Amino acid sequence: MPALAMGPILYNWPVDAWRDFYFRLADETAVDTVYLGEVVCAKRAPLFAPVVEAVADRLTRAGKQVVRATLAQVATTVDRQLIAAATEPGGPMIEVNDTSALYHLGGRPFIAGPFLNVYNEGALAFLAEQGAAHVVLPAELPAASIAAMGRHADRLGVALEVQVYGRIPLAISARCYHARAHGRMKDNCRFVCDGDPDGMVLKTLDDRPFLIVNGIQTLSHACLNLVHELDDLAAAGVTTFRLSPQSCDMVAVAAVFRAVADGLLDAAEADDRLARIWPDAPFANGFYHQSEGHRWMPQPSSKPQEVRQAAAAS
Amino acid sequence: MPTAEMTRPELVCPAGTPAGLRTAVDAGADAVYCGLQGPTNARNFPGLNFTPGELADAVRYAHGHGAKVLLAVNSFPPAGRMTPWTDAIDAGVRARVDAIIVADIGVACYARDTYPDQRLHLSVQAGAASPEAIRYFCRAFAIRRVVLPRLLTVAEIKAVHDEIPCEIEAFVFGNIGMMVEGRCALSSYATGRSTNMDGVCSPASHVRYSEDAGGALLTRLGDFAIDCFACGQKAGYPVICKGRYRAADTAPAYAFEEPVSLNLTRLLPDLMRAGVTALKIEGRQRSRAYVKAVVSAFRDAVDTFLAGREADLADLIALTEGGRQTEGAFASKTWR
Repeated sequence: MPALAMGPILYNWPVDAWRDFYFRLADETAVDTVYLGEVVCAKRAPLFAPVVEAVADRLTRAGKQVVRATLAQVATTVDRQLIAAATEPGGPMIEVNDTSALYHLGGRPFIAGPFLNVYNEGALAFLAEQGAAHVVLPAELPAASIAAMGRHADRLGVALEVQVYGRIPLAISARCYHARAHGRMKDNCRFVCDGDPDGMVLKTLDDRPFLIVNGIQTLSHACLNLVHELDDLAAAGVTTFRLSPQSCDMVAVAAVFRAVADGLLDAAEADDRLARIWPDAPFANGFYHQSEGHRWMPQPSSKPQEVRQAAAAS
Repeated sequence: MPTAEMTRPELVCPAGTPAGLRTAVDAGADAVYCGLQGPTNARNFPGLNFTPGELADAVRYAHGHGAKVLLAVNSFPPAGRMTPWTDAIDAGVRARVDAIIVADIGVACYARDTYPDQRLHLSVQAGAASPEAIRYFCRAFAIRRVVLPRLLTVAEIKAVHDEIPCEIEAFVFGNIGMMVEGRCALSSYATGRSTNMDGVCSPASHVRYSEDAGGALLTRLGDFAIDCFACGQKAGYPVICKGRYRAADTAPAYAFEEPVSLNLTRLLPDLMRAGVTALKIEGRQRSRAYVKAVVSAFRDAVDTFLAGREADLADLIALTEGGRQTEGAFASKTWR
């Protein structure tokens, strides 16, 4: 039975919303693993630092496995200090998103995060030897490669996690594009990203929503939805399905994925529910089907698009 | 200018084709870098790159003229399809290249285990920006040189240099992507061709131009409009990170970066003092005339600085994209 994981909050949420999101998760859902911590911008980490231990404690008492997520880009002194602190011996399990952390861990167990670029069996075997017991695959890896990874992960005794919901992380940069959009720069940003709980939409010149800016990170405008692919993912050896938090009701999203994974809800009905829970972004599953990442490719289990839209509107 | 603190840097120049390689060597390159045909390197464009036979000939030519050849095998093989990448490593070793530039951990493992004596460089695609990340790769794969991501200032490069056991190669000229290399799936999202797995960013096969009634040129990548140019305006090649978009209800703007090229000629003496071993010029997709002009100008600039004189850099400025250039992250933290 595959597990459900709540990935780290990638956006800059107010600290109260951040805390309450996790408190609610502790109380209400069948999510098995919760990733906590700042992945995108070192400047944000101090904002929720005062509540992080209380949140971790509450989640742990509720029976969740708690993993501390770490930065995807490590370059500045502050970045490096955060990584050094997160990797101190005796600390909690971390999700590694940059090789800097591996230097400090020196072979101690870790979870390889989606930004570590584990694209193939060679990288998987190496990281398993270095202490990775669990690996989150890159978002653009297609089904055939996920299946190939599944065969090797099984042999190595490594758990495999794949994102199945939420906007798709696409790029990371040295420059903060939230600050740039507000005529600022990273060092004096005044946290202008805190007004966009799902990131800032970039539309094309012909007014089509395209990308999402989240500080130094760029994400897809479309929302990944692999609810039709859960059975195939499980059969391929994927042990954990990751939901990436958006500002919508993630407890309800988790309930939908849990029900489909457990065979209690069919995927077409799940699409309808997910579209009602978060109507702001279209679905995408193109990367999995080796196509453009923004594409939504209807599966045999899908309802026709018109039927789904009508259902979502009702 | 105190020249004593400067060591003579290696000028590393692009070679998209065998003819381009000879051009770069003849123009004064200390080293050239190139890739094999197919997805194994980050410039997998039609008509570009080498066959294994051409690579062997190219190495003989370069070595005969005192230049090194660095082979880029710096994309990320997807699981189940490793063979083109391991074949590329084999071909590089057989051709006696001076170094192989790797990014993927799986590829690095193969090279290390199969050819322990082969010199390895860490590609910019590996995104190793901190001393810890670089030291980790050095320890795990005996990396001898790191190509730094383009996100550090010169002062930060100096600090990194003092903390790592390997050489530093830094980009000084050419097109720069805005995103950290090896961490960008924007092109993949719009076109289905992946920069990391296919070695392609913004493939020409997915670029469309359309003219509106007013004569403005709209450029598209896949389904998405990337930029628009008025009549007569020079249209840059459409890459997502240099496109124009609307944030909220604001006017269209270059949300990531304007279509500018990197030009660090002004910072060359500082880079040389910061301990940078090799200065890298981007542009394997560029013409032989361009390569000849840029390499000659850099050869002259580096040699002039080493002789303690100020170099004339006007020729290089004319070669940048649309004449517009930036020092990117290198000059100041304010760029971020």
